[in-house]
Parts: sequence; structure tokens; C-alpha cells
Amino acid sequence: MQIDLNGTPVVTRATTLAALITEQGFDAASVATALDGQFVPRQARAATSLHPGARIEVLAPMQGG
Amino acid sequence: MFYGIDLPGRLMLGTAQYPSPAILRDAIAASGAGVITVSLRREGQGGGAFRQILRDSGCRILPNTAGCHTAREAITTAHMARELFGTDWIKLEVIGHADTLQPDPFALVEAARVLCAEGFRVFPYTTEDLIVGERLLEAGCRVLMPWGAPIGSGQGLRHVEALRTMRAHFPEVPLVIDAGIGAPSQAMAAMEMGFDAVLLNTAVARALDPVEMARAFGQAVSAGRLAYRAGLMPRRDMAVASTPVFGQAVLA
Repeated sequence: MQIDLNGTPVVTRATTLAALITEQGFDAASVATALDGQFVPRQARAATSLHPGARIEVLAPMQGG
Repeated sequence: MFYGIDLPGRLMLGTAQYPSPAILRDAIAASGAGVITVSLRREGQGGGAFRQILRDSGCRILPNTAGCHTAREAITTAHMARELFGTDWIKLEVIGHADTLQPDPFALVEAARVLCAEGFRVFPYTTEDLIVGERLLEAGCRVLMPWGAPIGSGQGLRHVEALRTMRAHFPEVPLVIDAGIGAPSQAMAAMEMGFDAVLLNTAVARALDPVEMARAFGQAVSAGRLAYRAGLMPRRDMAVASTPVFGQAVLA
């Protein structure tokens, strides 16, 4: 299915958020995730299903003021 | 004391816009900052080195919600930051205007109420407005962070008298001047007025020599705090001779 990952259209075979994180090569312990604007805690990723058009944000620590 | 924590240094330093990771690391060390601010952004490359600098700094981490324009965005960002950085401290920014980066006080109070109820220790980036400050305290905030001037402008304390009034109005509340500081003298002035800390980023990161400027800011903040505690003399309109008149020779 096609989803939106960090603002980019992505075709994925993953059906859960946890599988998507692995498939896309993210370091699962070093990122925080949101689905359709809602935070998804790390331990809830495996039980969080994706749907076509899902908007996923995968965020990491960055410089900030 | 910020949420029960006594910080070793009263400078809070941003980590953005430095020429290199090594300069960032050295600037943090030279500043003596007790807190460094960080953000959350879409995962790219090179994040590992930054994470190592955060760990090595020994500073308390204050994640921000920079770039959020609604309460909902800021709340979601805070949730993500809490998991990622393992802290319930959050620098709450809800921007109301893209040009001035002025806080949206209505959305700020709304987001603060939700986050405080969820156990976050909220550091709200606000204006010097007293009523907004009171609403933030009612929402559960135990620190207020009025702006000195628009973010990144380097204008210093634009509304000195209003800030002085704010200091007097909230005598027991830790107040941090956040944003707009351009020179160590401005940071020192804020500390002399009795503010509890100063948060800045651009003035250090964009200096010709960020490490030396970080050191200068650290010393200015310490000196300003010392001066406040020592008690400044009252200002007078007229001269008052400091050398005793008694015993002066008559030579005329």
C-alpha cells in the first residue's frame, strides 16, 4: 500500500508501524513515531496497523534553540 | 529552582546553527550551561554524532516544540520528545506569527493545560503579558519564559520596563528570558534585574568564534546573578561625592 512517510509517498509491504520502521531501516530505539498526527508510543508500534494514505512521522533528536 | 532542580549554571544554551558538531560540543562546555535545548525533526543522516554530544555534555536536556503553530501539534511533539529524550521537561513553543515568531498565547495556555495535567514540566515561551503569565500558572506551569525580543533577532530586552514589572509581579516564580538576546551585556542586564536564567542560541552559534562567545555569555550570566544577589545601588538623579569632604585641605 502507499503511505506518506515524513512527507514523502512510499509504497510499503509493511502492515504495522513496527514493521515499517524495520523495513525502512530506522533505528527503532532512536526515533519517535506519530500516525495521522497522533503520537504512537514505542511499545504500541507493533499493534498499530497501517492504512492506505496513512501519514507517518518518524522523528529523531536534532539541534534546536 | 526549576521544578525542584537546582541548576549548576543559569545559562540555557540552544544547540542549533553551529558551524560544526565539534564547535557545538566545545561551546556547550565553555558556556557552563546547565541546560541545553534540542528539537525533534524528521530522521536524516548524522543523528548519531549529535546524540553523543548530548550524552557527553552532562547538561539537562530541554526539548522544544519549535515550529508548532497549533496546540495539537505542540502536544504531539511533546509526547514524542518525552519518549525520545526520557524527560518530562518541555520547552513549549506555540508560534502565532510566522514573521515575528511571537507566541500564540491562547494556544499556548491550551497546550500547557493539557501537558501539565499529563505530568509534563512545562517551560512556556511566552510574552511579558501578566495575564497570560497568570493563566499559564493556573494551567500548572511553575516556570515562565518571557521573550526578550523576537527569536534570532539579537535585539536584547525590547521591553525592559514591562519585564521589570513582570519580575515584580511574579516574585516567587522562576522566570527565564528566552530569545532575542544578542550580546552578553543584554544577558547580564536580565540577570541583574533578577531573572533566574537566560536562554539563547543564535548569539553564540552565529558569533565569529562561538566557543569564546559561549564563554563570554557564561561569565556575563554569572556576573549578573552575583550583582543581583549583592544588591544594586539605587539610581540617583544627582551626583553624590564618594570621597569624604571632611578633612579636605583648603587650597583655594
